[in-house]
Amino acid sequence: MKDTITVVGLNHKTAPVKVREIISFQEGQFANSFEALRHIRGVTESAILSTCNRVEVYAVFQAGTYDPDIICNFLSDFHHIPPESFRSCIYELTGEKAIRHIFRVASSLDSMVLGEPQILGQFKNAYSLAARHKATGVILHRLFHKAFSVAKRVRTETGIANSAVSISFAAVELAKKIFDDLTRCRVLLIGAGEMCELAAKHFIHAGIPDIYITNRTMKRAIALAEVFGGKAVSFDTFSSLFEKVDIILTSTGAPEPIVTAEKVATTMKKRKNRPMFFIDIAVPRDVEEAVNNLPNIYLYDIDNLKEVVTANQKEREKEAEKADGIIDAEVEQFIRWMENLSVLPTIRSLRNKAENIRKTELEKTLSKIKHLSDKDKTAIDYLSRAIVNKLIHGPSMLLKQTEQSEIGNPVVDIIRKMFGLESDGKNNPHDL
Amino acid sequence: MYNYLLILSMAFYMLGMLASFVYLSSPGKSYLKWTSICLTVGFIIHTSSLLIRLFESGHFPVTNLHESLSFFSWGLALFLIIIHYRYSLSVLFSFAIPIILIFLLLSFSVPTELFPLAPILKSIWLPIHVSLAFLGDAIFALTFCVGIMYLIQEHHIKNKKIGKTTRLLPSLNLLDQLNYRLLSLGFPLLTLGIITGSIWAEYAWGSYWSWDPKETWSLITWLVYAALLHQRLTVGWRGKKAAWVSIIGFLLIIFTFLGVNLLLSGLHSYSHWS
Repeated sequence: MKDTITVVGLNHKTAPVKVREIISFQEGQFANSFEALRHIRGVTESAILSTCNRVEVYAVFQAGTYDPDIICNFLSDFHHIPPESFRSCIYELTGEKAIRHIFRVASSLDSMVLGEPQILGQFKNAYSLAARHKATGVILHRLFHKAFSVAKRVRTETGIANSAVSISFAAVELAKKIFDDLTRCRVLLIGAGEMCELAAKHFIHAGIPDIYITNRTMKRAIALAEVFGGKAVSFDTFSSLFEKVDIILTSTGAPEPIVTAEKVATTMKKRKNRPMFFIDIAVPRDVEEAVNNLPNIYLYDIDNLKEVVTANQKEREKEAEKADGIIDAEVEQFIRWMENLSVLPTIRSLRNKAENIRKTELEKTLSKIKHLSDKDKTAIDYLSRAIVNKLIHGPSMLLKQTEQSEIGNPVVDIIRKMFGLESDGKNNPHDL
Repeated sequence: MYNYLLILSMAFYMLGMLASFVYLSSPGKSYLKWTSICLTVGFIIHTSSLLIRLFESGHFPVTNLHESLSFFSWGLALFLIIIHYRYSLSVLFSFAIPIILIFLLLSFSVPTELFPLAPILKSIWLPIHVSLAFLGDAIFALTFCVGIMYLIQEHHIKNKKIGKTTRLLPSLNLLDQLNYRLLSLGFPLLTLGIITGSIWAEYAWGSYWSWDPKETWSLITWLVYAALLHQRLTVGWRGKKAAWVSIIGFLLIIFTFLGVNLLLSGLHSYSHWS
């Protein structure tokens, strides 16, 4: 029996928000929760990831002590709710499955929006919280750092985060593919609506310097202009701005199109054909479809944007399969590291390492000194053996005194690092 | 030696092209790195082959069709490397390296030996006129590639086919700007090429302009590019229109370069390839 890495938690797929919000941990609760976890029998290390979409408790249990109910009871006690009220939402994983799950969470493969970037930050935060409260040890420390590097690999080696999967992001991405540098573009917002405002926010975030806002009710335009730091313009004269602005977002409740192809065509002459991008989020549509037929003008309505998003999502799913391949390999490597972390293999590799060094050095020396008799050679061989054995006697004894089955013993870890024992196996010492 | 070097440089260009194609199907920094390494190595070997030719013959290696084709490819590789370092337009490789290779292959399909130089070609104007003209042509070859890239990207964005291709290709604005910059670099070179040629013609043939087919077609090409530049600056011809004109312009260049030699005879037919 060995120590076990465990995950007990719930997420957006298994639990409704009303359960998630009860189970979630708030800023000031961590000190107490780590204290409580520390007192659970068998728990040697722990960490808590709490975001709006998931709550997960990571723990390392000593051999034979793990029982999923322990963590459930902890959650129930801590949040003062009966375990039955959330027991059905809970998933619990151990060993290899737990490691894979943790890597997948960090790499955003388990997120609601596949590949979304926030989770890695939240994950790092969970680690630093646990580390600050001294709840992590050798195993979780290594596991988290490995998870960070796996997440980075997934991000750079697959296209999981390459494409926009929200309508407003898709609009910004498109604008970048038209104008390249958004810091030189101006945006006009016609009408107000949740989606429109969200898109406007994304554009501002992407570096748009000037934003104009117009609305049938001037008051609303002025209010929005204040929010976005833009300029409010009168609804009757907004088309005079077409000469100046590059990106136009429309979402009015008008029954008929308010932007006609004719109007845009005349503007294009004055603009010297500088391109324009119309994003029409309104239903019924605000911009005549024929506008898209004009040269250097690109018109996307809400359905077009949705199609882009759907296509991007499919692509992310394809990339996620690639990512799972990477993760499988990393999980296997981590398990190998854990197995090596126990006492016996460490003593074995310590001996091997010492013996290898002894042999090579001996051969090197003997090949240089030619006049030695066989007897002399044997004597030198004995001498080298004696030195090596005496030198590794100390660390070997120290290892033998520690408990055989225990994984994650700091002594093992330190000795492995001290003698560079990672490099004799397939593990890479720089891989931490 | 000369031939071997040229073949070796072709091999490197070929490897670079393959790496650039792999990059298209699975974009990764390492393929891009291999592309630019192969291209650069190919270019260095190519340069040394030109130098060897220069020392062997004692004249600038642009006196016959074989040398001109090789020199044109060399100029194209040079500008491609420069553009890559300034704009990191990774996809351009996949468009431009094949052109380098095609012209190098063509240069091998005609006799590569050295011939004694016709007396009329022994002039200081030879390297000036020919290198200006060919460097201009090389720039326009890149304008051609950028034009094609623009048309592909434009087609995708206009028709709402957003995906791998759109992500891989640069933005419309960048391509359009590059089209303009290349045009404003290539056009003066072409103009100077024609002017120096005409000065040389005055020395050699006693007349600045004699409506020889090459001259005529160069003028037509020049007019097309002049029109594009003019329209661009005055009424804002850009985007698709500019891309199409750049493509047509380069096709005219190829015709002036090869078609005239092959189909029409005139004063410029010095090459010993037929």
